[in-house]
Amino acid sequence: MNMVQPAVRRPVWYVACSLIAVLFLAPILWSILTSLKLPAEANASPPELIPSRLSAENYVALLGYGGGIMHYFGNSLIVASLTVIGIVILSTLAGYGFSRFKFPLKGSLFLTLLVTLMVPFQSILTPLFLVLRVLHLQNSLLGLALVNITFQLPFSIFMLRNSFDGIPRELDDAAAIDGCNSLRLLLRVLLPVAMPGLVSVALFAFLASWNEFLAALIFLTDSDKFTLPVMLLNAQSGYLGTIDWGLMQAGITLTMLPCAILFLLLQRYYVRGLISGAIK
Amino acid sequence: MRSSQPNAQIKKQPGTAQARTQSGSVAMARRISGRNRFIERDFAGYLYIAPAFLVVGVFFFCPLGLLIWMALHDWPLLGKPQFQGLANFAALFQDTTFWESFWFTAKYTMVITPAIFLLAYGLALLINSRAPGTGVFRTIYFLPVVIGLGTASLLWVWLLNDQVGMLHRILVSWGWLREPALANGNTAFLAVIAMVIWKTVGFTMVLLLVGMQAIPNDLYEAARIDGASWWAQQLNITFPLLRATFALALIMSVVGSFLAFDQFYIMTGGGPDNSTITVVYWIYRASFTYFKLGYGAAMSLVLMAGLTILSAFQLLILRERND
Repeated sequence: MNMVQPAVRRPVWYVACSLIAVLFLAPILWSILTSLKLPAEANASPPELIPSRLSAENYVALLGYGGGIMHYFGNSLIVASLTVIGIVILSTLAGYGFSRFKFPLKGSLFLTLLVTLMVPFQSILTPLFLVLRVLHLQNSLLGLALVNITFQLPFSIFMLRNSFDGIPRELDDAAAIDGCNSLRLLLRVLLPVAMPGLVSVALFAFLASWNEFLAALIFLTDSDKFTLPVMLLNAQSGYLGTIDWGLMQAGITLTMLPCAILFLLLQRYYVRGLISGAIK
Repeated sequence: MRSSQPNAQIKKQPGTAQARTQSGSVAMARRISGRNRFIERDFAGYLYIAPAFLVVGVFFFCPLGLLIWMALHDWPLLGKPQFQGLANFAALFQDTTFWESFWFTAKYTMVITPAIFLLAYGLALLINSRAPGTGVFRTIYFLPVVIGLGTASLLWVWLLNDQVGMLHRILVSWGWLREPALANGNTAFLAVIAMVIWKTVGFTMVLLLVGMQAIPNDLYEAARIDGASWWAQQLNITFPLLRATFALALIMSVVGSFLAFDQFYIMTGGGPDNSTITVVYWIYRASFTYFKLGYGAAMSLVLMAGLTILSAFQLLILRERND
């Protein structure tokens, strides 16, 4: 609260903040620590906090679990990559279209896009299932990616339209004098300047796709198409035998890690996206 | 957030300076290139937005239209749909599970929204500081937000497991828990609440923090000079100026909680004794376990209408207080 902290109170503040930080970090660190225990220790009851020695055995076991963990990791990565590529291309083009061109119904079309943000995707899953079936995209990683793209798209277009709007028109004029056509203007001149917005949009798309659960649960029916969260749920339900908790924690760690690393590297872009999304 | 609002307002007035510069540039470009660039600029816009609208059209507007059509049918997974008018909606009023899931979701929303809000506000106050290391704390509090809700739920199932779970062990040793937390309706409810708070409070905290940091410091200094207490400053400066942020955080929390699925599906499976089934969970079961797709569509339509009314209502209340 904008108050200047007196020197006496500062140590108290640090202790309080650190204790809260421990609460937030403990579940994540416990999981990582357990994934590095020997399998017998990871399944011991009652559990011990500190492993007697570090071991990669749970990760080795995970490599051979079901169709092999790298297969499911690959599925998640394929869906997330397709989502990011689709979002980057579609929202760049549409954001540019809405920012730099005048055409009939432009305002209504943009508003239509924003209205879709108010309809939760959970409420159209049932008909979406039929649409995907008709297009032979049900039980397909591409189909899941297209669903992810659809629901990330309005927000992404909105953000990129704002990014392009923030670039002075003098740049367009200079490019026009140099004989640039509109596509070259976008790719060579405007896109480099709008890059921070594009990174935010791509980051949000990746996280949303990587963490998506309900659509993956409904639309993917073959176990070899499963993404990480769905595969982990099956492992934890014990459909394939008793639950191996060490292996589970190795899988959870592997699922959390890409998100955590991307967030820590690109935090600036994440917060930026969050703020501009909030201003709408 | 507040500081960038003037910009947003300028952008929203296309009839003024910006538009003039644009048409100016178009005229100049036309003169230079010697052909009618204005026409090209005009309709090329459709080409740029077309791919996005194709995707949204097929995967959003088609399902949306189909949703209404399906709701009027007895629609099995395989076989021919039978038109039956409003029978699905009539069945919905008789369906006790639907209403139980509705009240359960409402209860969940009414518990979790204030809980997250108060904790997030406290954290934002704590972390709104210029002390070295503040950024590290903020990052740590936010970290659970970026790991998925599904993954976080799986993680907490393990933490609360009565054989291998560390959290279960701690809670038992404090005497707060006797049986496995997820085996009892009340403790399972609290367990899901605790997990969701851990997972999402950082998000609301950052929203509030951004709003707080946009309030000019002079206001607080002036209040202090006038001898206003900390509480008076909160009530008369922070609260009114954060109203837009409050509205946003509230709507996001209420809508998000009303759509809860992952955490209950993974942590409780709707149990024990179907006591933790949410609306989306019941729609999922009707559509994809019992394959009553038409009935699922009717319930989805009711959910959609309810959430839209709720959002509008919340906005209205916050607007009125504004005046």
